[in-house]
Amino acid sequence: MLPLDINAELGRAGGNAVFFLIGAAFGATLELAGFGDSRRLAAQFYLKDMTVLKTMFTGIVVACLLLFLSSALGLLDFSQIAVNQTFLWPGIVGGLIMGIGFIVGGYCPGTSVVSAASLKLDGLLFLVGTGLGAGLFGETVSSFSEFWNSSFTDRLLVSDWLGWSIGATVFAVTLMALGMFYAAEKTEEFFRSGTFSWKIARPVYLAGAGALFAVAAAVWIIGQPDPLRRWELLQGRYAALLASRAVFIDPLEYLKTANDTGIKLLTLDLRAETEFTVFHLAGSERRTLDELLDSRVAAPLAQLPAQGVVVLVADDEAVAVAAWQRLKVQGVSNLYILEGGLSQWHARFAGRTLHGKPFDLSRPPASVLELFPKDAFTPKIKLATKKRSGGLCS
Amino acid sequence: MSAMNRQPKPVLNPYLAGAILGVVLFASFALTQGGLGASGAISRIQVSATALLSQSHVDRVGYFATVGGGDRHALDHSSVYLFLGTFLGGMLSARLNGRMKIEVFKGPRISSWQRLAFALLGGAIMGYGARFARGCTSGQALSGGAVLSLGSWAFMFCVFIGGYALAYFVRRLWTD
Repeated sequence: MLPLDINAELGRAGGNAVFFLIGAAFGATLELAGFGDSRRLAAQFYLKDMTVLKTMFTGIVVACLLLFLSSALGLLDFSQIAVNQTFLWPGIVGGLIMGIGFIVGGYCPGTSVVSAASLKLDGLLFLVGTGLGAGLFGETVSSFSEFWNSSFTDRLLVSDWLGWSIGATVFAVTLMALGMFYAAEKTEEFFRSGTFSWKIARPVYLAGAGALFAVAAAVWIIGQPDPLRRWELLQGRYAALLASRAVFIDPLEYLKTANDTGIKLLTLDLRAETEFTVFHLAGSERRTLDELLDSRVAAPLAQLPAQGVVVLVADDEAVAVAAWQRLKVQGVSNLYILEGGLSQWHARFAGRTLHGKPFDLSRPPASVLELFPKDAFTPKIKLATKKRSGGLCS
Repeated sequence: MSAMNRQPKPVLNPYLAGAILGVVLFASFALTQGGLGASGAISRIQVSATALLSQSHVDRVGYFATVGGGDRHALDHSSVYLFLGTFLGGMLSARLNGRMKIEVFKGPRISSWQRLAFALLGGAIMGYGARFARGCTSGQALSGGAVLSLGSWAFMFCVFIGGYALAYFVRRLWTD
């Protein structure tokens, strides 16, 4: 099942070698496309040569179709793919600044690398300038860091924003790109020769467009696997965590975690509403198994910061395990089950007193831990190191 | 010497180049969980150059310190290997296709010195914007676009808007 984690598979040195090879393929492709030449890149903005738009959007659409087709076919787990975090307004402002830099300097960072590598002096100067600009940013960002960190959503897809399925969004993006290619061809034709016809001159273009259309339609029709299907595909990766009980935490560890100010704890209670009303752990939210299939419920859990921990509570262990499976395949990383549910919780704490006084069973204070020997439980919670964020840009 | 005046080979058809680019991008996601990028590595190289001049300055400026402060080495990151690959891949392709040549690409109406000055200026603006947007055309537009990140799509359209908005005013740099 893709994606691989190359650094884990091959170690740092092997992983870096793979990064180098991917880079080499990337650089060679940019060079072959003619992107080492600033005149071709700048021409995009004078409507005479639409190469940049054609190559860029073909690249985006082809990669997008390959990703979501393999995900639809159960070959790739999209929840493990890094999605650029959305900082909407800083991204918009940064994009406008970059557009200006693009037309003034004639390159973007990646193409200037290739241009400099082929001994173009303007590309080299641009590359040096990019480093200077990045340095200037580092020196000045502290004066507007509030804006720079504003309008943030960790993993916000175009499909979430539209309220469409991923398949429908992929199909729409493909159609939009095909429309843009047609418009680009006609714009070039008009600005080069001054004539215009509706015809598509090259049959191979029609065939290529037909192929992209067909794959996009297939991605839409097959659809992305739902969490239940994803568990079937992914249980090889995660089932051992359940079998070895590595994700079942003792009530005492829950108590310790709940009182740890360095951890953001989220507790989901899967019991029936009547039971929840009678007693629940302080701060817990009630959820049904069905609700956990909804990406609007699961996504915020997958986007907790690195010190976020999610604990599932149910008296029926099968329910807790089903909930764990549903959330795990949606990318929730630090996910645990309260061992034995609330019956074991009560068994642990009922009748205990602090300095002779009873305490609130829904939120026992940290000092309750002192009533138990240090080795009363085996700690299981291991915080996963910071999740992959915006890929290689940081 | 035939090698000296050998004509550079024509560049690839833009859609074919795009399709190859898409496959490379997909391979990057499938093997490393992440997409392509360039500006992150450039920033890291800049931080390590700054550290050569003054490590204490890198430690003091928060934005630099996160990649190169204390005993962190700014260059010890996979993006730097991707950058080296991009450079050598570009070099190899240019060499094989007869495009390896010292020259300055510019519009017909400006001098080479003017072009170099504007390349440096444009690069600086680009570098500033790329850090502002947390990624460049490769890291944000291409990679984020393929995984349907909303922020990346908004960003991408803004790059084009910014370019088109200014293009008329700087046409002397590029047009006949």
